[in-house]
Amino acid sequence: MYRYDDYDRALVKARVDQFRDQTLRWQAGELTEEEFRPLRLQNGLYMQRHAPMLRIAVPYAMISAAQLRVLAAIAREEDKGYAHFTTRHNLQYNWIPMARVPDVLARLAEVEMHAIQTSGNCIRNITSDQFSGIAPDEVVDTRPLAEIIRQWSTFHPEFAFLPRKFKIAVHGAERDRAVVQVHDIGLHLYRDNKGDVLARVWVGGGLGRTPILGEIIHEALPWRHLLSYMEAIIRVYNLEGRRDNPYKARIKILVKALGIEEFRRKVDAEWASLKDGPATITDAELARVSAYFTAPPYATLADSDAGYEARLNSDKAFARWVQQNVHAHRVPGYRAVTLSLKAKGQAPGDITDTQMDAVADLAEAYSFGELRSSHEQNLVLSDVELRKLPELFDKAKALKLASSTVGLLTDIICCPGGDFCDLANAKSIPIAKAIMERFDDLDYLHDIGELDLNISGCMNACGHHHVGHIGVLGVDKNDEEWYQVTIGGRQGNDTRLGKVIGPSFAAADMPDVVTKLLETYVSLREPEERFVDTVVRVGIDPFKTSVYGDKANKKKENANG
Amino acid sequence: MAEILKNGQVHSDNWQVLHLEADADPAAQTVAAGQWLVPFNVWLAQRDSLSARAGEIGIWLSPADDLNAVAAEFGAWPLVAIDFPKFTDGRGYSIAWRLRNHHKYTGELRAIGNVLVDQLFFMLRVGFDSLALDPKIAPATAQSHLTPFPDTYQGSTDNPDPLFRRADRDDATRGGARS
Repeated sequence: MYRYDDYDRALVKARVDQFRDQTLRWQAGELTEEEFRPLRLQNGLYMQRHAPMLRIAVPYAMISAAQLRVLAAIAREEDKGYAHFTTRHNLQYNWIPMARVPDVLARLAEVEMHAIQTSGNCIRNITSDQFSGIAPDEVVDTRPLAEIIRQWSTFHPEFAFLPRKFKIAVHGAERDRAVVQVHDIGLHLYRDNKGDVLARVWVGGGLGRTPILGEIIHEALPWRHLLSYMEAIIRVYNLEGRRDNPYKARIKILVKALGIEEFRRKVDAEWASLKDGPATITDAELARVSAYFTAPPYATLADSDAGYEARLNSDKAFARWVQQNVHAHRVPGYRAVTLSLKAKGQAPGDITDTQMDAVADLAEAYSFGELRSSHEQNLVLSDVELRKLPELFDKAKALKLASSTVGLLTDIICCPGGDFCDLANAKSIPIAKAIMERFDDLDYLHDIGELDLNISGCMNACGHHHVGHIGVLGVDKNDEEWYQVTIGGRQGNDTRLGKVIGPSFAAADMPDVVTKLLETYVSLREPEERFVDTVVRVGIDPFKTSVYGDKANKKKENANG
Repeated sequence: MAEILKNGQVHSDNWQVLHLEADADPAAQTVAAGQWLVPFNVWLAQRDSLSARAGEIGIWLSPADDLNAVAAEFGAWPLVAIDFPKFTDGRGYSIAWRLRNHHKYTGELRAIGNVLVDQLFFMLRVGFDSLALDPKIAPATAQSHLTPFPDTYQGSTDNPDPLFRRADRDDATRGGARS
């Protein structure tokens, strides 16, 4: 993975010093709350319900065992012994006192980590496919260009005060695992028939209050122009994006207002003088950064193993884990393994300091000391020998990191919600826990099959509820927490936004609602048909009827809004 | 008399900024004696009389101004300013970048308005060379915040070359203490 050189190290250290000075000036009253706010946000620091929340970047999903150990130590010594992995390759602490943050950032800098631009109205942490470099369907390894984009966007002098936050995602495989179409800029790297790397560029996607899928602004942008082209897009947005209303300030609103043709015309006009200029990425720079992402020293192995096969045939629990949590690898005899952070009774994405230390040990023992964070809020050991899977399973199980539910109903994507977040309208973790409690029969979960259940505690949509097969959105009505349900959303190559099934529900009703949706699916499904495909085939009406009964047929049912 | 930062040094400065009342007629606005930065529409409306006051009249831009029209008159002013109505409004950075790079403005470019110390590095990078700080900030204090970073990754007006075109990073020590 990428390692800092003297330049990176000096810049991150300077940032820590800068933030320490800013914190002191704020404490001394030289900076008002309003003036300090964007400065702390650009260092990942939110004021939350109980304490500040500190968001650390895990750039394009890559993290080392050594880094994870430091994150564990910080959780233990500065927080309450746990941390939370988000849907955007970030790790969040919830209980670090404000005055301690500069020291925590200094400690992170020592292991080449930072919280730079993890919040605020600037270019955020770049997200990508958690299987970059190892997926059999990968066409282009996204990590070198993602790192080049990370550096370009870091302290960009023109784009630190954009109208609103700006998220870039990149994938380079046949299957999009980075949901690029719901980002401000989405990049799909692919190759032309000569093997040269091109980018399909989407712009103006985003979830939140007004969920919109991105539109294609460039079908075939040569990789060397990525930075200059994005500079053109973001300059047009910086100058023309709305600043009168934060809910209308994302680039998606500008693209919709202008239309993609007119927006493209403006970007092309801006780009005309930038194209082939100094921002053009050189072969030497791509080669330099790519050298950090060479394959680890894989052993030459058969793609089968007698011990593994024997365990597979004799142990149903192991077989299930392999089926759900073990993923194909481009190298024979290797697999990627998802360590599930979705154990029953636990907030999705949460991990304790002890678990982090243990996972670091696992990464060193089984995966060349590297891991990935996934946008599904799990951790991935990217390079595990097939023959070691049985012992890894046993160890992961002992750590409660082996729920065989990856991709299933209880692999819930969930934001911190009203338990922690100041923005939330409703709690989300108790809903997730109640659903995990209700559906703890693995046979049933496996029978239901692939199902993305996403929960957001407010319309900012950190839980990506719009693209869940079942999406749950917490809403506030007269100071009470209610939950609106959508179905039919999906991520991937055929990303779609879910449809609202009707009036919202009380928290206590949510497990029953999910039960009814699943019963309807089971009664209507065709062989091998996933929940979401049944919804697409039959439409949402049968599901409405099962959930609302006769009320569904009444006009404009409005009981709870 | 106020103090500003110009090319990194504290200077005394007599320029005043003329703000139009809402709905005021730019043609009827009086521009008193002295050095004034006037809104571009006041300049357009009173060009004949104002251009006679050589060295005394500059303009300040707001985001709505047409930079092509502005660029046609660069030679008339000793100074162009860009207003930051609020420090979180980042349009001024891109306006400055365009003036310097698309329109090749080479004269003095001043940031005015809600100009705070933690923006100065960015402002200097995109092409400002003079900074009229928010009145609550002493220019001497601001001086110590002009270069919070020892280097830059990306190009901008100050140096169009990104780090990868300026430095041989293969020679920079790789990897550090990972503890």
